[in-house]
Amino acid sequence: MSRWLIGGLPVAIFAFVAYFLFQGLGKDPSVLDTALLSKPVPAMELPDLHHPEAIVTDAVFRTGDVVLLNVFASWCVPCRVEHGQITRLAEQDALSVFGLNYKNDSDEAKAWLRELGDPYERILVDQEGRTAVNLGTYGVPETFIIDGDGIIRHRHAGPIMPQDLEAFRAIIAQIRTTS
Amino acid sequence: MRMPGSFLWMIVILFVAVATFGSAQAATSEDELHKDAIVEERARALTVQIRCVVCQNQSIDDSDAPLARDLRQLVRERIVAGDTDQQVLDFMVARYGDFVLLKPPFKMATLLLWLGPLLFVLLAVLGVVLWFRQQKTLVTAATDAKVDATSKEEAALIESLLKRDSKS
Repeated sequence: MSRWLIGGLPVAIFAFVAYFLFQGLGKDPSVLDTALLSKPVPAMELPDLHHPEAIVTDAVFRTGDVVLLNVFASWCVPCRVEHGQITRLAEQDALSVFGLNYKNDSDEAKAWLRELGDPYERILVDQEGRTAVNLGTYGVPETFIIDGDGIIRHRHAGPIMPQDLEAFRAIIAQIRTTS
Repeated sequence: MRMPGSFLWMIVILFVAVATFGSAQAATSEDELHKDAIVEERARALTVQIRCVVCQNQSIDDSDAPLARDLRQLVRERIVAGDTDQQVLDFMVARYGDFVLLKPPFKMATLLLWLGPLLFVLLAVLGVVLWFRQQKTLVTAATDAKVDATSKEEAALIESLLKRDSKS
C-alpha cells in the first residue's frame, strides 16, 4: 500500500502540475477577462461627435435589443483593420453599433469616418479617456456586446477579424433567445 | 599610462551618472506629483501595488504607458476626493478585476495559489514519513525473519542434542 503510494506520488504531483501548466499554454496572456461581465454599462455623459452640443448618456444603450459599443480612434491602426467587420455587423446584421471615440481629435475622427464610412448609430466623445477606464478598457479597439437591459455580456479586446464574426453572431443570437 | 587614467575617469563618470539619473527611473514624472506631501505619499504607496494592465508586469508607478499615467492621476484624484486606500484599490478592481492588484487577494479562487506551496511541503513531509516507515518495516521484517531462522536452527539443535542424550 505504502509502496504504491510512494511510487504513485511523484506521478500524481507531475500530473497535477502538468495540468495547470498545460492549461496556460493555449491562453493569450494579453487578453483579459472583463471585470464588468454581467454588470450594467457604467454611467456616462458624453458629447455626441456629430452634435457636440447634445449630451449622450448610458440610457441610450438600453434599447430592448442587443447593441454593440466599439471603442475606437482614428490614430488606432487596428481600428482601421476591424472597421469592415464593424460595418458588416451594423448593416448586414441590423445591429445598433455605438462608438466611443477614445482620446481622439474630433476633426480627425470625422475625417477618418468620411474616408472609411460611418456605420455608427451614435458616437460618444471620450476626450479624457475616463469613460473608457470606467469600462475597464485597456487598449483600443475594444468591443462590448450589451443586452437589451444595458448589461455587458461580452468584451472583445483587440480588432474584430473576419473569422471572429461567427462567434460574435453566435453570442448575439444566444442573448436574443434567452432574453 | 594614459589609458588606465581615462578608464578610471569613465568609471567615475558612469557611477555619477547612475547615481544621478538612476533614481529618476520611475515613470511618474515631476508634473504629476501632488503638491500635498501626504496625498503624494499615499498615492505612491498605492500606485506601486496596481498593475499596469497594458504592460502587465509593471506597476502603474513604473510604467510609461499612457493608460498608466491616466490611472496614476485617477489615484491622486480619488485620494483628494476622500477615498481610503482600500476604496482606491476597490475602484481599480471594479474596473479591471483582481488582476490589477500585483498582490493577489486571498479568496476561494486564489486558494491554491496561496496554499499551494504549503500543500507541497505537506506532501513532501508525508513522503518522507512514509519512506522512513517503510524502511522501519523492512528492518523489522528482516530481523523477525532472522530471529525466526535462528530459533528454528536452535530448536533443531536442541532436538538433536536431546535425542543424542536420550540414546546414551
